[in-house]
This record gives sequence, C-alpha cells and structure tokens, in this order.
Amino acid sequence: MKRGSAAAMAGGGAGGGAAAAAGQYRVCGNCRKVPRQEKRVQVSPPLTRGPSAFIPENEVMQANGLDERTNLLVEEYSTSGRLDNITQVMSIHTQYLESFLRSQFYMLRMDGPLPLPYRHYIAIMAAARHQCSYLINMHVDEFLKTGGIAEWLNGLEYIPQRLKNLNEINKLLAHRPWLITKEHIQKLVKTGENNWSLPELVHAVVLLAHYHALASFVFGSGINPERDPDTSNGVRLIAVNNFCVCDLANDNNIENASLTSSNFGIADSLSELEALMERMKRLQEDKEDEEASQEEMDTRFEKEKKESLLVISGAFDDEIVSTDVSRYIEDPGFGYKDFARRGEDHLPTFRAQDYTWENHGFSLVNRLYSDIGHLLDEKFRMVYNLTYNTMATHEDVDTTTLRRALFNYVHCMYGIRYDDYDYGEVNQLLERSLKVYIKTVTCYPERTTKRMYDSYWRQFKHSEKVHVNLLLMEARMQAELLYALRAITRHLT
Amino acid sequence: MPPAVPPGSEPASRRGVPASRPAMEKMSRSGAALGGAALSGRTMFCHLDAPANAISVCRDAAQVVVAGRNIFKIYGIEEEQFVEKLNLRVGRKPSLNFSCADVVWHQMDENLLATAATNGVVVTWNLGKPSRNKQDQLFTEHKRTVNKVCFHPTEVYMLLSGSQDGYMKCFDLRKKDSVSTFSGQSESVRDVQFSIRDYFTFAATFENGNVQLWDIRRPDRYERMFTAHNGPVFCCDWHPEDRGWLATGGRDKMVKVWDMNTTRAKEIYCVQTIASVARVKWRPECKHHIATCSMMVDHNIYVWDVRRPFIPSAMFEEHKDVTTGIVWRHLHDPYFLLSGSKDSTLYQHIFKDASQPIDRANPEGLCYSLYGDLAFAAKESLISSDSNRKPYIGDRRHPIFFKRKLDPTEQFEYISSSSALSVFETDVESGSMDWFVHTAKQYALAGRPLAELCDHNAKVAKGLDRNQVAQTWTMLRIIYSSLGTVSSANLNHSMGKGSAALPLMNSFNLKDIPSGLGSESRLDRSKGESRTENILLDSSSTLINNEDNEETEGSDVPADYLLGDVEADEDDLYMMDHENPHAEEQEYSLPQEAFPLRHEIVDNPSALDHLQDKADSPHVSGNEAETVSLTPVESFSLISISHSLYENRLPSDFFNPIVRDTLLFYAEQGDVQTAVSVLIVLGDRIRKEIDEQTQEHWYTSYIDLLQRFQLWNISNEVIKLSTCRAINCLNQASTTLHINCSNCKRPMSNRGWICDRCRQCASMCAVCHHVVKGLFVWCQGCSHGGHLQHIMKWLETSSHCPAGCGHLCEYT
Repeated sequence: MKRGSAAAMAGGGAGGGAAAAAGQYRVCGNCRKVPRQEKRVQVSPPLTRGPSAFIPENEVMQANGLDERTNLLVEEYSTSGRLDNITQVMSIHTQYLESFLRSQFYMLRMDGPLPLPYRHYIAIMAAARHQCSYLINMHVDEFLKTGGIAEWLNGLEYIPQRLKNLNEINKLLAHRPWLITKEHIQKLVKTGENNWSLPELVHAVVLLAHYHALASFVFGSGINPERDPDTSNGVRLIAVNNFCVCDLANDNNIENASLTSSNFGIADSLSELEALMERMKRLQEDKEDEEASQEEMDTRFEKEKKESLLVISGAFDDEIVSTDVSRYIEDPGFGYKDFARRGEDHLPTFRAQDYTWENHGFSLVNRLYSDIGHLLDEKFRMVYNLTYNTMATHEDVDTTTLRRALFNYVHCMYGIRYDDYDYGEVNQLLERSLKVYIKTVTCYPERTTKRMYDSYWRQFKHSEKVHVNLLLMEARMQAELLYALRAITRHLT
Repeated sequence: MPPAVPPGSEPASRRGVPASRPAMEKMSRSGAALGGAALSGRTMFCHLDAPANAISVCRDAAQVVVAGRNIFKIYGIEEEQFVEKLNLRVGRKPSLNFSCADVVWHQMDENLLATAATNGVVVTWNLGKPSRNKQDQLFTEHKRTVNKVCFHPTEVYMLLSGSQDGYMKCFDLRKKDSVSTFSGQSESVRDVQFSIRDYFTFAATFENGNVQLWDIRRPDRYERMFTAHNGPVFCCDWHPEDRGWLATGGRDKMVKVWDMNTTRAKEIYCVQTIASVARVKWRPECKHHIATCSMMVDHNIYVWDVRRPFIPSAMFEEHKDVTTGIVWRHLHDPYFLLSGSKDSTLYQHIFKDASQPIDRANPEGLCYSLYGDLAFAAKESLISSDSNRKPYIGDRRHPIFFKRKLDPTEQFEYISSSSALSVFETDVESGSMDWFVHTAKQYALAGRPLAELCDHNAKVAKGLDRNQVAQTWTMLRIIYSSLGTVSSANLNHSMGKGSAALPLMNSFNLKDIPSGLGSESRLDRSKGESRTENILLDSSSTLINNEDNEETEGSDVPADYLLGDVEADEDDLYMMDHENPHAEEQEYSLPQEAFPLRHEIVDNPSALDHLQDKADSPHVSGNEAETVSLTPVESFSLISISHSLYENRLPSDFFNPIVRDTLLFYAEQGDVQTAVSVLIVLGDRIRKEIDEQTQEHWYTSYIDLLQRFQLWNISNEVIKLSTCRAINCLNQASTTLHINCSNCKRPMSNRGWICDRCRQCASMCAVCHHVVKGLFVWCQGCSHGGHLQHIMKWLETSSHCPAGCGHLCEYT
C-alpha cells in the first residue's frame, strides 16, 4: 500500500507533468527565460488529465464517503452549472468543501454591499496579484455573465476610479499585509466622490483575502485549467503558466540532490515519517520537562521568523508577467518581502491575543457585512479541527500539534505571534522541504512546482497534502483578514 | 436555604430599602455598611502606560489592580485621584508571564492576586513578600492562553482557571499542581465563575455558545449544560443575591439572565445590545441592574435594568477605545464603577454623573395612519396637564392605554413610564388620499419624450383638480422642450405667416408627432431619425427602423432567455445590474437636447452610440432630432432655422434654479409625489441641482407612501427609474424567496427544485412533468402548478387542475 502510493506518485511525476514539461523545454539547464517566452506562443495543454497536475486523477476521484460527496457535488453542479477543478480537488474533504462553497457562494452571489460584476472584478484583481490565470479566466467569464462592462477587462486604466483605489490595499494584502494602516483605510473611505462605504470595503477585503488565499490553493494543488475554456465570450484566454522544471533550481541544493532519485527516498521517508510521529507523540505527552524560559521562547519565534526568510529568497527578480495578467495589476514588482527582514523601520509583531478572529475580527466583519462572519467562522473552525486521525498509513493519530504547527507557521511568516505557542515545535515538526513548500505556497504561490509538492512528506497520501493546502490557504486568509480588519478597527476608534 | 452571608456584607435586612429614599441617604447608609469609611469621590481617571486587559478591586475598595499585556500595576483610589501604589511588572525584560489576559484580587486575603497570562501560565502574587518581585506561584499546566481566573469566594486557597485549550483547572495554592482538571469536551473556555452562594458550584462558558455547571468535587462530568448563545459566550456573572440567577453575555450581542433553579435553565431576561458583550457585572444592591461593556466598536459602559431591555438605564461614555474591564468598586455600593480600557485609561465613574439615555429619549410618538388619522403617544403627565384638549380615550380599534406598574420594592425610581395615546381622526373628505393613488397610477414617468410625459401628467393633475401641479408640468414642458406642442397650441394662428422659424416648426409638429403617438414603432422610429441620413427620405428611415428593431430585440433576448433558465432570484439581481449601467449611459445622451439644435446633427456620431439603449427609456432627444431633420421638407433652410432658434431661446439651464425651488417647495408642502415624479421625468437635467441626500430622502418617502397604499408595481417602477444608488439597491436586497418542499414540507435550503432531505424534485410541472427551474406558477387552492406557459395554455382549455386532483383552478 505504502509502496503503491509512492510509486504512483513517482510515476505521476515522471510520466505526467515532468515528462511533458521536459519535452517542451529541453534547454532547462540554466535559463528560464527562453522557455517562458516561448510558452505563451505555444498552445499549452494541461499537463495531465484530471483536475490537478500534481495529483493523479484517480486519487481525486477515489471513493471515500462517496454518497455524501456525490450529493454535494451534484448540488454544486446544479447551482453553478459547472464543477470546476478546485471543487473536484477539494471534494476529497467533503466537510470542508461544504463550508467553503457556502461562504464563496455567499460572498459572490448573495445579498451584499457590492454589485455582482464588482465582486468578480475584485476577484480578478486579487488573482492577478499572483498571476493566477486559472482564477482570472473563471471570473472574467462570470464578470461578463453578471453584466460587467467588457471594457474593464482591457485593464486597470479602464475601470472606475473607485475600483482603481482598491489597488493599493490589494497589493499590500497580497504580499505584505502588515503594512496596512488605518491611513490606507481612510484613504479609501474618505475620498469624496469615489469613496467606499465601510460595508463595501469589508466586502471587498473579504473577497480579496479569499482570492489571494484561493490562488495559493490553486498553485499549491496544481489545479489544471478547465477543460472547456472556449466559453469565455470572445475574451482571449490567458495562457496558463506552465511549470518549468528549472524553477526548482532555487530549491535547497541538498534536498534537490536527495530528491532527484525517488527510489532510495522511500526507505528514507519511511523513517522520516516514524520520526515525525515520534516527535509529535513526545510533544503531546511531556510538556513540562523542557520548560523554556521567556527569552528562549522569544528567540524561538524570532528564529522561526528569520529562518523562514532563508528558505527561499531572491533569484526570482526578473519574472516576466504576461500582459494578459499584468493589465490587472499595478506595480507588479511589489511582492512578498520577509516580515523578519524589515530593515530600519521596526514593525511590531502582531500579537494574536490582542486581536483575535473569534473576538474582534468576527464582530467587526459581521457588523459591516452581515452573516459573512458566521460563514467564515465556520470555515476557519472547520479547517482547524478537520482531522481523520490518520497520518499516511497510520491510524488513530492525534494530529493536533501538526495542524497547529502548520497554521501557526503561516501566521509566523506574516508576523503574527501566539503567546501560548512554543515555536520550537514548528522546527521539530516541519521538515525543511515542507517549509519550502509552505513558504512558496503562501507567499508566492505562482512559483510552486510539482517538485516542491512531491518533495515533502513522501509517505503521505494526496488527500493529506490537499489537507495541508487547505490549512495553508485558510491560515493565510485569516492572517490577511486580521491585518485588514485591525486597520479598519483603528480607523473606527 | 438562607444564603450564607459572606464576610464583610451587611445584614440581609438592609437590602429592602424603599424606593423613595433619597440617594444621598442611601449612600451614607452603604457607607455605614463599610464600617464607617464611607466611599466618596468623583468621576476621575488616570492615564496608564499601556492598554488594560482587566481590572480588579481589593476588598477594602481602596485599591485597584490593572493588568494588560504591558502593564501590571496597583493604584490607590483616593478622593480626588488615582495614585500609583505598586508596579508589579519588574525586571528588565519582563517575561510573557506578566502579559495578563485577566487579573483577580482575592476577596478574603488582600495580599493575594492571581493573573492569567496570555502564554497559558497562571500566576499568583503575594503582596506581602518583601522582595520587589511579588510573584508567588507559577502554574504552567494549560497549553493555551488562559482566559479567566477566579478565586473561590469563601475559600482562601482555591483558584479556578479556564483556558483556550478547553480545560478548566482548580488549584490549591498550598500545592504545586492543580487539584483537579475539568474537561469541557468542547471548545475554548471563555469564563469561569464560582457561584457566590453554592459552595461547590461553578459555571463555565464556552466558545461554542454553551454554558456548563460543574460541581468542584466531580471533575469527570458537568452537572448540566445548556446552549446560551449563538457563538462564543464571553462572560458570565452570578447574581450576588439571587442564588439561581446567572447572567451571560455573548458575541451575538445579547445579555441573558438565566434562572438556574429549575431543572432546565430558563431564560428570564434578555437584553439586546449593539455590540458583542465582553463583560457583565451585576450592580450591587440593585436586583435587576447589570453593567455591561463590549468587545468591539462600542466604547461605552451600560447599566441595564434587565426588565427594561430596550434602553439602558445609565451610560458611561468616557472611554475612547473599547472598555476591557469593569468592576463595581465595593461589593455593597452601587454608585461607584471602575473601568479600564484599551485607550490606556483607568476611570472611576460616579453614578450621578452617568448619562441617562432615557432623558434623551423622545417619550412622544407620532404617527399618521393610512386614512389620515393621527396617533399621538406621550407621557401621561404631559397630556393631562393640557386640559383644553380631551384625550381621546377609548378608541374603537385599539386599546390605547399602557401603564407600567412600579415595583414597590424597587429602590431606584424611574421616570414614570406610563403613557397615553391619543388618536385624532381626520374627517373623511379632507383626508381622502384618492388623488394620491390616482396620480400615482396614472402618471407617466418614462418611455416617452419629455414633452409628452409632461403633457400627460399635466392632464392627469388637471383631471384631479390639482391645477397648480398641472401648471407646473406645463411649465416644465415649456422650459425643457419649448419646441414641443405647447406653442403649437397657443400659437397656431401665426402658422400661416411663415415669417419666423418657430411657428413653422410647430406646424410640422402638429402634423407629425400625433401620428407617431400610439403606434408601437414610434420609439424606434424617433431613434432612427436622429441619424443624419433621415434628413432625406422617409423610406430610408423605415429601412433603418427595421435595423433598429433587430437591435433592440437582440439586446432583449438574452435577458429573457436567462430569466427563464437560471434560478429566478439570481436573475433579478442580474436584470437590475444589467439595466443600471444603461440607465446611466443613456443619461449622457439627454443633455444634447438642451444644446442648440444645430449641434444635434454634429453630435450624431455620439448619439449613435446610445441608440442601443433599452427601448423603454425616454428618447427625448430623438423627438427633437425629428423636428429638425425633417424641417427642410418644409422648404426652409436648416441653417437659418437653427440660428434663429438658437438666438431666440434661453438655455434651459437658465431655469434650473427655479425648477429646483419648485421641487423643494412641493416636497416642503408634503407633496413628495410631485417632486419625485418631476425628478424622474427630468432626469439628468435637474439631478445635479439637488443634492443626493435630499433626493434620496424624497425617494424613500415616496416609496414608503406608495407601499403603504400597496401600490407595489408603481413603487417598483420608481425604484427602477431612480438615479440614486441607494434607492436602486432597494430592489437588489432580499430577493430570496423561501419555499418548502412539496413532499416533506421542510424548507428547501439550497435549490428551488431539488429537496436535500427527501431527494426528490419538488417542483414538477403538472402539465409536462418536468422540473421547473425559473418561473413556477401554482394554484393556491390545490398547490399544483408548473411552467407558467404550460399552465396558461392548459387553463385556456380546461378549468380543472392539470394534475387531475379535481380542483377547479383559477388563473387570473
């Protein structure tokens, strides 16, 4: 069983994406540019059949809780008239999918302060920050269907000033949410003719955060473009970013070396898994024996923060953004900059206890955009508590510490610190290749590669990796929301 | 069971102080209860260095401890000011153990304090220690933030904590570890409180909305549990006197009072506040009073009488940021309240300085009925003092008298809250609103050229004997479309002379416009004729008409198609959105009409863009173009006409201020109908003159009136035609229609045609037996139905229900 899944994965890697990609770009030795530029000229077929490029189709379609799941999918199909790949991949986690769809449906289609085409356009703007052509295409469609003005799709110069004003906050939210201040909010709310009302702004912020996070999921799970992309009402579809094998060149070298040969990785990863479980057990059982001092805790957080910036950096400066995407973004050079490396301006750590989602965020968001709070609350709760008590092939495992480590690590990269969390745990539980993956998926998802996806937790099932993606996505969304809502609260007081 | 009297409390007999006793006396009495040291002071505050998270008072009411992430200090409460007594936050780099989420001062031992740290540590502090660091014991058993700590009210060494990790722990301060651990089996614990009277009981509130009661001796299982709130319950407080009462406050903005004496916890009072409730504290000596503060947005502290949940009985508005901690200064003194806040201040509030919203509340109510009756409710005293007018008592329709009985045991008196209601009837004649209904129904607001609209409306007004309004409409037409038929009617005699351009134009109008009226193609035609080519020939214009027809059809079809196909409520939204941009776009074309006519022709390329507008919008410019373009047929030079016209006319903008004043006048008179109708008909011509808010106000008033008269269609039309964004939105809200499944009779949650529960398609068409998605019409008698078209067709030929149930369905 173990062997089977590993082999399937390895096979998928070789036969599916990697082979196709390698066939296309033979000169992948040192330069990305050449294939990248060519790429747009070429027609780019999906790397593999099925909803995801990372996950074999039969994995997604496998039958767990088939009945319930089918129902949900039928329902979704009958509402939206389609079953997109995101939904299909997420349907591995039926419970979660339900609350995800409900909140997404609410923010896109139900009563709300913003007109429908606006909502889709904001989704486009958000997805464009991560060059997520999949989401852009999807919402270009929706935008036109809901009566949006086609001219807007020509780019940001064609949209009303009011929407344009949203650019700044979109940019910050996507890459460096800790920079959002109440002045940004004031600028949006008090600009005379083009001002946003607070409910509208909250709606927009929720949408932005949702789509930034969803972009993470799309790249993190290697979601394939929809099979029938002809339905876009004549608007030219954006060529889907293919994953170039060379992207991996920036990975940690040692890992790369060990990962390239998948054969001896199996035995290796088996012991890895055992070790991980051992560590989890230890963490759960004895809390007291290693009573860390205050300074120790501080340094652990700082260390985690610092280390996160070593994980990947640089080497991506000369990214080429296709014009199809770039027309929706302003200042494309603005990207994630490590929270830890903040230079001279000292930004205080966000203390999670001082502005929590449960106490503060919820109340504010629900006040200004009624009911969304409940839906988001349910979704966060769902993803945080979702567990099947399994790890790879082991059953009856309490994965709480692991899930918490993932969630908090994402927040850590955004400078949010939990007083009651020992960041040493992160170090013990999350291996380096996983950290690389997390960092990439949350901070610059557009750089995610299948290699990264495959290289961590090689013993784990795909469904578990999708679970990880869900956690990352929601943690990211919550982090963005917390920063934005805190700024709005400060504006209000 | 007689309640055990806690040390330091006054005898129970003291509590029943009659309500009439003046406050000062009460104060001195409670002072006496404190053993001679009467509490006194004033409203005062001091700045803290950092935001406070919680505060607690010492038993002697002379000191208060303030705790927060970066502050942990004890202040002495003196007559005029707070004096810093002690800073407990020592050390160069204070650890997270000093970062407090909660603090509590022991009510038996004044040297003993406990804090809950954000990193999950419970710390006790002994003020009697000689060293600078007063930290006593450290319990690091919780894995997550500790939200609350609570000392046992009578037991010195017993401390209880509740944490985010879902556990509550009971500590014996003489031991190093916890004595017992209680697992809530659910989510995070937000508050724990020992019962004041029941030695062994404590209450715990949870993030999932539950409240649990525990017996301290039985850590295995809670005694009882109930769901108190929707969402987290942030706080709870036992009533100091009434043993069975527990107050809870939650994120759902409610404060609830539970009677725990019965087997099932019963909600006896509920106060709805405006923000999530962070703390609740019963007011000492006042059975029904409770103080609350909120966690977000609202910075005030309210004191409620739970029996009167609609308006707070007192309010403290000093804080500039959210209040995080409130505590009554002394266990038996109801006049002093201390509070700490995120704005880094510590306040002492004195009750006599509190603002009383009841004073500011408007105790009079006034309302017109549909039939013009006027109801007036006011305090009884006000009405009876006015002896001239007899209060209308004994109304035939409704009971009108409402009086609250005052509780004789109540100590704090209200302003008398009895009130009387008077109803003034208007006599039937003058109060008749028939004219309003008729006018609303008959007015034409859009879809025709301005001149016609004005004409029509003037006629309507005249027909109802409202000459002034009729005159106004006529004037509007003259102002904004002086080329119209007005002058033709008046100036017919000058027609034959042919000396001036104007009369001749009119002669043409007489011939042409009426012929265009009534015929359905007229709209398209006028559209088509605004093109330059039409100057030449009639035949060519018909050609273009055809094109136009196609165009309009083309734009209409997708909308219809969608309406039939996709879920109905979505479509309504869709339709609205689809229209709005058009309405706005189309407005750009309107000003052309105010330009000199010559420019109309030059402007045509731009006018072409607007030809694709919805067919039902007023095509005023078209009409104008028609007159011009066809003039040459009358053997007059186009150029000369235009020139002379231009010179003779004042720009209609010139009259805008006057029109605006007219509208304001009508609105002022209460005839908002005229104001709104003119506003709609004139559209952009006048819109800029009147500020948005006034317009919005008019619109809402008019829509409200229309709805009171159940003129739904008209009110909808007005909403649709309005140019205010706020008004336009009205149609987009609450477009959901909730339906039940026809099989299992349960609400259908997601889709209109398939039921989640019984997995059947609920809405089948009785005629074609297919699922109906979209418009579903059904008989209210037998509840069978189906596709609108099918049912219509069926009932043309048959009078019985298509389902064969034998019901004689009616379709109207």
